[in-house]
Amino acid sequence: MRGFNRHGVWAIYRFEMARALRTIWQSLVTPVVTTALYFVVFGGAIGSRMQELDGVSYGSFIVPGLILMGTLQLSISNASIGIYFPKFTGTVYELLSAPVSAMEMVIGFVGAAATKSVALGLITLVTAMLFVEVPIAHPVLMFAMLVLTSIAFCLAGFIIGIWAKGFEQLSFVPSLIITPLTFLGGAFYTINMLPEPWRTVSLFNPVVYLISGFRWSFFGVGDVSIEVSLIALAAFLAVCLLAIGWIFRTGWRLKN
Amino acid sequence: MQPILSVNGVSKTYASGHQALKTVDLEIAKGEIFALLGPNGAGKTTLISIICGIVTPSSGTILVDGYDAVAEPRQARMKIGLVPQELSVDMFETVQATTRYSRRLFGRGSDHDYVDQVLKDLSLYDKRNAKVMELSGGMKRRVLIAKALAHEPDILFLDEPTAGVDVSLRRDMWKLVHKLRDKGTTIILTTHYIEEAEEMADRVGVINKGELLLVERKAELMKKLGKREMDIALVEPMAAIPADLGEWHLALEDEGTRLRYTFDAQAERTGIPSLLRKLSDLGIQFKDLDTSKSSLEDIFVDLVAEREAVA
Repeated sequence: MRGFNRHGVWAIYRFEMARALRTIWQSLVTPVVTTALYFVVFGGAIGSRMQELDGVSYGSFIVPGLILMGTLQLSISNASIGIYFPKFTGTVYELLSAPVSAMEMVIGFVGAAATKSVALGLITLVTAMLFVEVPIAHPVLMFAMLVLTSIAFCLAGFIIGIWAKGFEQLSFVPSLIITPLTFLGGAFYTINMLPEPWRTVSLFNPVVYLISGFRWSFFGVGDVSIEVSLIALAAFLAVCLLAIGWIFRTGWRLKN
Repeated sequence: MQPILSVNGVSKTYASGHQALKTVDLEIAKGEIFALLGPNGAGKTTLISIICGIVTPSSGTILVDGYDAVAEPRQARMKIGLVPQELSVDMFETVQATTRYSRRLFGRGSDHDYVDQVLKDLSLYDKRNAKVMELSGGMKRRVLIAKALAHEPDILFLDEPTAGVDVSLRRDMWKLVHKLRDKGTTIILTTHYIEEAEEMADRVGVINKGELLLVERKAELMKKLGKREMDIALVEPMAAIPADLGEWHLALEDEGTRLRYTFDAQAERTGIPSLLRKLSDLGIQFKDLDTSKSSLEDIFVDLVAEREAVA
């Protein structure tokens, strides 16, 4: 479609944001409580007996992983439900018949979902700062990575929402794929602590690169070099964009 | 006159191999009310969904006010408003919010006054701050219509507007359709009630099994569809129809216990009184009379038979 339906994009964005604002307290309180719990358990109880990792106290060390874990989960679950729910209730007819291009729909839905994910990441960061000292060596890069990671996983969530045929499929990916990958991706440890062959196996986990790069932006050290992390992030974004493009070109699971 | 909508050679075969729509050609004039009449599963919704861009056609082109629905979807879609058959509307939104949302989604800038006017026209204004889930089924359908009208479309599609709607609301709906037409909106509706097509439409298209059987002005069609039947239950079964009853072209059914008379309900003289007189003259006793309209199914069978006879 030629031109740009800015009214339409803005309408979708505002609609999706309003969905979160309806449950604003839940959206705010949940990440704060969750983060606090992690700090009590890992920072206070266990962390005090841990040695420093990469020259950082354990409590501080887990902050980037914790932020990313929440961001990834929210990105997937929120973006997937955002597009799955209209399919489920049938209101998707309106989106499909509207003069809104595929790209505009993605900007509206994924834009709103990513906004929420970034907000969650920042809330988690601020909460963490109440418990431990969190130095941020490269704040601009940190923020950019948070935004790009959110966008990438919201795109992935959007794809899952289109793919899913039921609520069980919708919860399958976040709980059985994203959470394990994040835990095994070095959210709470550096993969250098792992014995072989598990260290090498871990390198096949894409989340390792994201967490490593994000941690680098805080402490200047990571499991893999920052360049490799950025390439991995760009590759993941590209794959999601290609998949979205294919879905809208073919109408897969949207139009029959 | 240039038609506001022209459908050329549009067909749809699903991946499963099911052919939902055979090749359809159709032109709709600006400002008319067109009814697509057919039984459930005839392809009505498929055709509408294709025109509105929800289903991709297997072949054919669609021009909406001159804009190709595939090549220039933005212009084409802005001219169309769709009211779906299912009550699919976001339950957690307020009436006003969801109507404003629809207007912007279809590319128009906010115009709260216009949206409020639409809500007033549909007697929804008092409920503007109510959440959709608090409304009755009939009111939800009005919300769907308000959403479809919010972006000032030239063509309004109503898919089974009165399915599952009570009689009084059905009357309201018919009034509303005429009011919209007076404002210049072209209206295309689907229905499986002959009465509804009769009440509302200027022209009627009859569709069955994915095939558009005919498109005619309502008056002509009603003549064709206006056949009725009278069943006469006999006291004594008869072996054959007496020659004296020849002029009524009766049929003998149920092993001679029933006479069936088919007549034109819209004709000035139905022939019923003279038939009954003749029966008593002949001393043929009957215990029951039953008249019925031919069902939609019968009509389709007739139409198909007629077409095959011509071809």
